Formats: sequence, structure tokens, C-alpha cells
Amino acid sequence: MSEYLLQMKNISKTFPGVKALDNVELEIKKGEVHALIGENGAGKSTLIKILAGVYTPDPGARFFFEGKEAEISKPLDATMKGISIIYQDLSLFPNLSVAENIYIGRDSHKKPWTKVKWNDIKKIANKALKELDMDIDASIPVEQLSIAQQQMVEIARALAFDSKLIVMDEPTSSLSAGEVEKLYNVIDKLKKQGISIIFISHKLKELFKVSDRFTVLRDGKFVGSYDAQDMTEPKLIQLMVGRNVTYEKNQATVEVGETIFKVNQLSKEGNFKDISFELRKGEVLGITGLVGSGRTELAQAIFGISTPDAGTIELYGKKLSIRNSAGAVKEGVAYIPEARQTQGLVLEQSVINNISLPIISKLKNKFRLTDRKQEVKLAEEYVKTLDIRPALPHLDAGNLSGGNQQKIVIAKWLSTKPKVIIFDEPTNGIDIGAKTEIHKLMRKLANEGIGVIMISSELPEILAVSDRILVMRHGRIAGELNVAEATQENIMHYALQGKSNGKAPTFVAESNQMSQGV
Amino acid sequence: MKLSKESVLGLIAIATILLMSLIAPGFLSSNNINNLMFQLPEFGLIALGMMVVIITGGIDLSITYIAALSGVGAALMLVNGYPIFLAILVAVIFGLACGAFNGFIVSKIGVSPILVTIGTWVLFEGIILAITKGQSISGFSETYSLIGNGYYMGLFPLSMLIFAFFVLVTGVLLNKTGWGRNVYMYGSNDVATLFSGVRNNRVVMKVYLYAGLLAAISAIIMTSRYNSVKVDLGSSYLLQSVAASVLGGTKIEGGYGKVMGTVYAVIIFLTLSNGLNLLGVHRAIVDVFIGVILISVLTLNFFSDKIKQKKETTKASKVA
Repeated sequence: MSEYLLQMKNISKTFPGVKALDNVELEIKKGEVHALIGENGAGKSTLIKILAGVYTPDPGARFFFEGKEAEISKPLDATMKGISIIYQDLSLFPNLSVAENIYIGRDSHKKPWTKVKWNDIKKIANKALKELDMDIDASIPVEQLSIAQQQMVEIARALAFDSKLIVMDEPTSSLSAGEVEKLYNVIDKLKKQGISIIFISHKLKELFKVSDRFTVLRDGKFVGSYDAQDMTEPKLIQLMVGRNVTYEKNQATVEVGETIFKVNQLSKEGNFKDISFELRKGEVLGITGLVGSGRTELAQAIFGISTPDAGTIELYGKKLSIRNSAGAVKEGVAYIPEARQTQGLVLEQSVINNISLPIISKLKNKFRLTDRKQEVKLAEEYVKTLDIRPALPHLDAGNLSGGNQQKIVIAKWLSTKPKVIIFDEPTNGIDIGAKTEIHKLMRKLANEGIGVIMISSELPEILAVSDRILVMRHGRIAGELNVAEATQENIMHYALQGKSNGKAPTFVAESNQMSQGV
Repeated sequence: MKLSKESVLGLIAIATILLMSLIAPGFLSSNNINNLMFQLPEFGLIALGMMVVIITGGIDLSITYIAALSGVGAALMLVNGYPIFLAILVAVIFGLACGAFNGFIVSKIGVSPILVTIGTWVLFEGIILAITKGQSISGFSETYSLIGNGYYMGLFPLSMLIFAFFVLVTGVLLNKTGWGRNVYMYGSNDVATLFSGVRNNRVVMKVYLYAGLLAAISAIIMTSRYNSVKVDLGSSYLLQSVAASVLGGTKIEGGYGKVMGTVYAVIIFLTLSNGLNLLGVHRAIVDVFIGVILISVLTLNFFSDKIKQKKETTKASKVA
């Protein structure tokens, strides 16, 4: 028998106008943890969806399963072979019990009037949970579980199906450090049972910890497969991006001017507490911290999406009372949300309509009606100055790539002539070229005198762009650093342990909560 | 040249009229044409009101009961001897008040529009029954009946002029004002509008107010034309107006809809049912016929949207 459980060869996939995968291969050995890596848009998800039978590859693709040629053309083909996929946004039925979720899908071939064997369902679920050492009551609905527990239920489901291959798509993205450790243990256990795992993650440290081999994709092309012991982090990054990219740490010594924006003792029960900071002219203020440390909640409270319980906000010395987002815009506060596609843009409307969205009521001609000409001109100007591509402002915003969509959101806010802009994870899911452009743009805006606050989990980005860094932890500001004194290590120290603890930081396992990669 | 969805509908409307004048006996008789011209405004106004609500992703199932309540308001004024302009004013106030009520619950409290307006449908119906005891109110002055039956310059129905005016106003409001744009943007993604500083609840409030206003105008025309008002005034237009909006290209999930599309759809509806009636087709069969057309158009729209989407994606990736 072949040492490979799965071999995928000559995999190409063409979408209208885009070649998402170009002659890619993937070989998974029995009982190995195989990391699939690449930048956003490299083709990882497309490849996994082909493996899952969700997408059909272009003609010429070949699959071998346990040494024999096989066909995967629909999801059932994959399930029948013992391939289970655990997607990032889990696919459980929240209102059904743990046991039902583990069992689901098995009766689908039976006649609809077959009696449901509840005892079997419970037995199978409990067995799978036990194998994972999970102490969960199988009869409670899944929605009552934590995300980590829900993930375990998905893994239990895969086990109960006698899976030979489990794909985990960014499994640690919403787990705490302890939960991540637990997941590693489970992965070890699965490996010992001879189950193969495809592990997708952007966190390089974590990949090195769990993986036996790597397959690297870049721009839809196969770069290579490598053994973990022959690989180093810088080498891997170079393979992913095709060139040596590490951000330069921000060296510029900006001349800071007057205080633009001041937040005083701002608190919101359960989200953040006693937040005070100042933002001065010319500087970029970085705010970082672990996911869930209250950064986004703080930004949205400043922008009027939610109302803080206590504290004050001042802009150029004037106390603001912002009751809703309209009030914030009126005062000159702009917020570029993390969820670009749902909160940032109206995807099915044109680029023009998106750019003019906050100011449409002000674009009036002499009859007090919307001045379409001026509106189009404005959009065309921003398309040009921000280099939005394709330069077709009449196209629906949803048709543009992530980086260009983000530029539309930025253009939208620039049109309001804001005094302060809060960028929340501005380069999330954006390719490296556009990332650098957005970094430069933030710097330029700061130089022009607009107050720029950037929230980011990505430490290299924080170090590359900010002049001053606030680190949040459990809803409080745990530390403030000038970029000159800041390192990834001391930021992590604040993010994990807060200010009181003077000991040297130990956070090897925990650090994968924050992206260390590019 | 590529035709928009709406122009295609316009051509279909013309084709339907031509077809009916060829095959339906008496379709072109002045009596029948008049009949059609007098039906169009009352149905068209309701359909426009419905369309504006649907563009926000909502629906107003109380709209014909708003009309009936406004009609009752006007009728009570008239039979008690108040002048016509006061009767009209009361009808409009009733319409706006009902719309404000819907708008308040939808926008401020956040209950889904379909539930709110099913609730207010029953509520308004109940209020009307309580006022009228189920009886019809009738017997208005000659002058009042001119609104729905009179002609301008002896040729053009007065009610058609009123309708044309509101077609124009609706078009301008939707396409040429900030509110109109926000209606479309809100309908496509209300979270993004909120995160862009749009006052969502004001946008929605005005939408239901406008639907209430159009219902009231329609009610004035209907009461004048029928010279009476009862609880079911215009109730047959309720689901027809939803159908007309959707046939006219309005997206039921919100974000798209054009005035002319809805107007053409109303014309197609009226012409078809009128022509088939003249042909002696049974009323029930007419409904079946219209149902089939509606479903075909919706299926067609679904696929043409998909093709359009595909084209745009290709275009975007080619240029980029």
C-alpha cells in the first residue's frame, strides 16, 4: 500500500475571469499533520473546497485515495471516503443537542419513516467525546457551549464518522491559550490513531509546533512541499510571499503637534474600563491587544455605535456628546470597521454610491436635489488618488478585491473631511501590496493633520505604522509604549500579563493568539 | 443597444395592449379605455407605496387598510357637511398617522415589517369596523365625485393627472434626494449604512410615512369614484401591489426598484385582466394566468441577475 493517504494532482480551478488554482498538487501521508499555507487569496480555501467536493476542479484533475484512483465530485464522495472538514466558522446546528450534531447525516440514506434510535445516537456521541477526553453532556444544545467546545464537537463528529482525514481551517483563531493547548493534545491523539490532519493557519509559530510537513501555495500555484525539520520561519515566509518581506519598524521621528483627540476615563460595563488617552497631531496611535481585549468595543463606542457608561471624549478641546454614528460623523470622527464586507460597504451598490454614502444629503445642486455630476466627479477623484482598481466607479463594490474594497471605505470617509479616523484591522485579508499602500496612506493622513488611530492584532504592522502603542488587556490599557522602545516581546508581555508583573515574558504557547507572521 | 429591465417591461406592456386590442372584442372602445384609465391611478398609487417599502427590504401589508381608514375619515367629514378640502386633509392626516405608527414600531422598536404590518392590518381593520359597524358610508357631493370621475379639459381623467404627479414625485424623491439614495443603500445593507452615519430610523420612518400618504391619496380617488367607502376599500389591491412591485423588477430583499418598472407592471396587470375578461375568460382562470406570468418573470429575473453578476465579475478581474 502507498504511504500516502491522499494525493491530489493537476488541480486547477478557473472562476469567471480568475484562475484560482493552477496545476496544484497536495500529498498527505497517513497519520501526519500537514500544514497548508499561503497568503490570503493563495488558493487554500479553493483547494479545500475541491477536496470536500464543494467545487468541481477543471478537467484533468486526478485524485488518489489510499493508492487507488478515486473520484470526488460531490460532498458525499468526500464524506464516504472519510474526509471531514472543520470550517473556521463552524457548521453545527446550534439548537440541536451535542449528540444529534455528532450523529447528523448518518440517517440521510435511510427511508424518512425509519425510527430514530436515540440510544444509538447517545452511545455514538459519548464514545466519540470520550475518545477526545471531553467532559460535555451530550444532551445539551450546542449553542450553550463555548466556541472551543463546539470545535471539539465537530472533531467528535469527524471521529464518529471514522474519518481518515480531518481538515482544520484556522482552528485556533477564536481559542484562548489554554484551549489551544488542549487542541494540540487532541491533534496528537488523532495522529496516534493514524488519522491525517490538514492544518490551515496564518500563525507560523503554531504551524511549526504541530506540523510534520508543509505545502506552500502562492497566487494559486504550487510552490512546494517540505518537511518541517528542513524549514525555518524566514524561509517559509519567503516561500509564501515569493520575496523577502519583513516590515521595517517605524523609524520616523514625527514632530507631534497639539492634542487633537482626548479620551478620558471612558468605561462600558463588560467591555472596557477607565480608558484614557490622547492623540496628537502628526502621530499614528496604534492600539493592540488580544482578540476580545475590548479594542473594537472601544472604537465603536467612540463612533457612537454603542454608548459608553461613563467618561468623556474631546476633539480639539471641545467635549463631544455622541449619541449615534450620525453624530460622530457630524463631529468629524470616522471609523473603518473590521468587518469590511458587512459593516464597511454596501457590496451590491456601485463604488460611487458607496463613496458618497455619508455625504449624499449634502451633495445638492441649485434645485436642492442630488448633484449626480458632482458625486461621480468626487468618486472618480478618489478612484484616481487612491488608485482603486479597476478604475470603473460604476461597478458594484462587491466585484473588487479586498484591498480595493478597503480603499473604497477609506475614500468614503475622506469624503466627509474627518478630523479623526479609527482604522480597525485595516489590512485584514488584504494582499501584501495593498497592505503597504494602506500603511503609507495612514502615514500620509497623519502628516496632513488628521488624527489616525490604528487597531491591529498584527504586531509587525503595529510596529511598522504606529508612533505610539497602547496595549489593551481585559478591557483596560495595560501599557503604553513609544515605537522606539517597543518590541513584539514587550507588547506581548503587556497583552498577556498586564503592567504589574515584572517577570520576563513567557508566552510561547499563548503568543499564537496574535499574529506573528506577515 | 442594451435595454434596461424597465424598458423591456415597457415594451411588454405595449405588446400586451396591442395584443388585447387585436384579440379582445371592445378593448379599444372608448368606454373600456376609460375604464382602464380610471382604474390605473388607485392601483398604481398603492403599488408605488408598496414598492418604496419593499426597496428597504420591508413590506407594508396594512397599506390598503390605511387607505380604507383614510377613506372613512374623508367620508365622515363629507357626510357631516365639512368642505371637501378638509375631508382631503383628514384623509391625508389619517394616512400619515397610520404610516407613522408602522414606521415607529419598525424603526424604533425594530420588529420585522411583515409582523408589524400584519398587526396593524388587523388593527386598522378593527378600527374601521368599530367606526362604520360594517356598514358602508356613501352619498358624497357631486364636486367630490369629480376627483375620481372628472376629466381635465374634457379629455384626460383628473385622477390620471394626480397619479402622474405622484409618479414624478416618487421618481424624484427616490433618485434625486439623499433620502431616496439612503432608501436603496439601507435596503442593500442596513448595517453598512449605520456604520456610515446614516440615521437608519429616520430613513425607515419616512418610507412608511410616504406609503401612508400614497395610500391616502389612493383612498381619496377611490371614495370619490365609488361614491362610498367600506372596510374592504381597495383590499383586492393588497397582494396585487406586492405582485406589481416585484413584477416591475423590485427586489423583494430590498436595494433595487424603479418607479417606471412598477408603473409598467401595473399597466400589464390591468390590461391583461381587463382583456381576458372581455374575451370571456373566467375570473379564476385570469388569476391562474397572472400567477403563471408572475412566476415566470421572477424566475427570469433570478437568472438574468446571475448573468449580470457574472459579467461584472469578469469585467472587474479583466481590468484589474
